[in-house]
Amino acid sequence: MQLMRIFDLAGSGMVAESVRLNTVASNLANADSVAASPAEAYRARLPVFRAVLDRARGVARVRVAGIVEDPRPVEREYRPGHPLADADGYVWRSNVSVVEQMAEMIAASRAYQTNVEVLNTGRQLLLATLRLGQ
Amino acid sequence: MDLDSALGIHAQALPWRARRLEVLASNLANAETPGYRARDLDFSDALEAARRGRPVLVATDPRHLQPAGGLAPVLRYRIPAQPSLDGNTVDPDLEKAAFAEAVVRYQASLRFLDGKIKGLLRAIKGE
Repeated sequence: MQLMRIFDLAGSGMVAESVRLNTVASNLANADSVAASPAEAYRARLPVFRAVLDRARGVARVRVAGIVEDPRPVEREYRPGHPLADADGYVWRSNVSVVEQMAEMIAASRAYQTNVEVLNTGRQLLLATLRLGQ
Repeated sequence: MDLDSALGIHAQALPWRARRLEVLASNLANAETPGYRARDLDFSDALEAARRGRPVLVATDPRHLQPAGGLAPVLRYRIPAQPSLDGNTVDPDLEKAAFAEAVVRYQASLRFLDGKIKGLLRAIKGE
């Protein structure tokens, strides 16, 4: 039954988008985290999506291939009173861009909703097909 | 009476429509996957294939082989209006519109098939 595949496809999309929403939540929660050294500073997490092609059918599920850290440099901030400040009085901020993460959140939420709609529509069509001739 | 001919083209159209829904769902699921290229099925291809019967490869040599399972329906790549930097060619709005259209077409095929089946049932019962 071909319509059954829609559940699989839309489901994979929902899983991937929810992982993306989770990374956004993690990044926004740590946007103001500071650390004592650049190595310890929080770096934004970014999911990497990959299409898993079903060669026989020509369709592709989506899979999260991994989560990478944003390679952009972390900034330092002069806060001599901070308990984590180093000898020169600097702490290291995370490299999370809040604006970027908000945009990412909207995109992920829209994509998630689209997959939910596809799933619902596929379900309705499948049920209508099962009622064929009744 | 042959049941296939009684149900007409709709029994063949329904799996094809379901296949197209599957391809569009795949496009929407991969709307954010880098490098993914949107694809679609063309109805005129399917119609042409149905009219000509099973497609046969041209054999210019007796040693040329024909594919055992016949040729699969042709998936074509969509020409993107605004390709993105990561190589993804899915336009979510376009795909959503295509999906909505494909759903209506599926329902139309379903309705026709339903009518045929109900007509046959009525004939059997002699109502």
